[in-house]
Amino acid sequence: MKEMILLLALTFFMIAIALLLYRVIVGPSMPDRAIALDTIGVNLISAIAIVSIVLSTKAFLEAILILGILAFIGTIAFSKYIERGVIVDRNGDS
Amino acid sequence: MTVMEILEWAAVLLVLFGSIISVISAFGLIKLPDVYTRSHAATKSSTLAVLACLLGAFIYFWSHDGYVSIRLILGIIFVFITAPVAGHLICRAAYRSRVPLARNSGEDELKPLLFDGDIATSTVAAITNEDTEKDDK
Repeated sequence: MKEMILLLALTFFMIAIALLLYRVIVGPSMPDRAIALDTIGVNLISAIAIVSIVLSTKAFLEAILILGILAFIGTIAFSKYIERGVIVDRNGDS
Repeated sequence: MTVMEILEWAAVLLVLFGSIISVISAFGLIKLPDVYTRSHAATKSSTLAVLACLLGAFIYFWSHDGYVSIRLILGIIFVFITAPVAGHLICRAAYRSRVPLARNSGEDELKPLLFDGDIATSTVAAITNEDTEKDDK
């Protein structure tokens, strides 16, 4: 019963990721796509947590932390690219 | 039912609650009209969903295995800190790269402060507004 509920929750997260993928593909502007990608990363974190409960292992818990850090840094890089046109600017006066 | 079983059930129901909130947030991201309203759906409710799900996983491992996972606590704190920052940065980049507001939104008080006297801004906004109206028709 518990496992059924956990698999149902995993299905809900996959439905959410599919809906967000629509926004990534269609989205009329670039910040729409960046927001949707950030939310996909955050949903993947919780999907990994559910998979780790279902398989009753603790090996995936590092992946949660690393995926969170990667999603955050990716969002920062996207927003800086959208705002300025560069990611790393050499002259740090701006 | 022992206390441990009740805790496990609480953890499982917390995970289910998080998944339902996540689906609602995805529907908001589909249905809302422009970037600034979509960012509300994307950052606030999605953060709540992830916090509920990770807290459920933490309680489950704690009650089932007696294992207090420091990594899950670190993940909860990290997501809780960084998700609003990411949403704010994306909205700021969207406004500064002149993504137009939805047509039925109210007054834009930031526009004369940021873009005043900039001729290219008004023309760009007019062109994008015309494009969205064409798409709507």
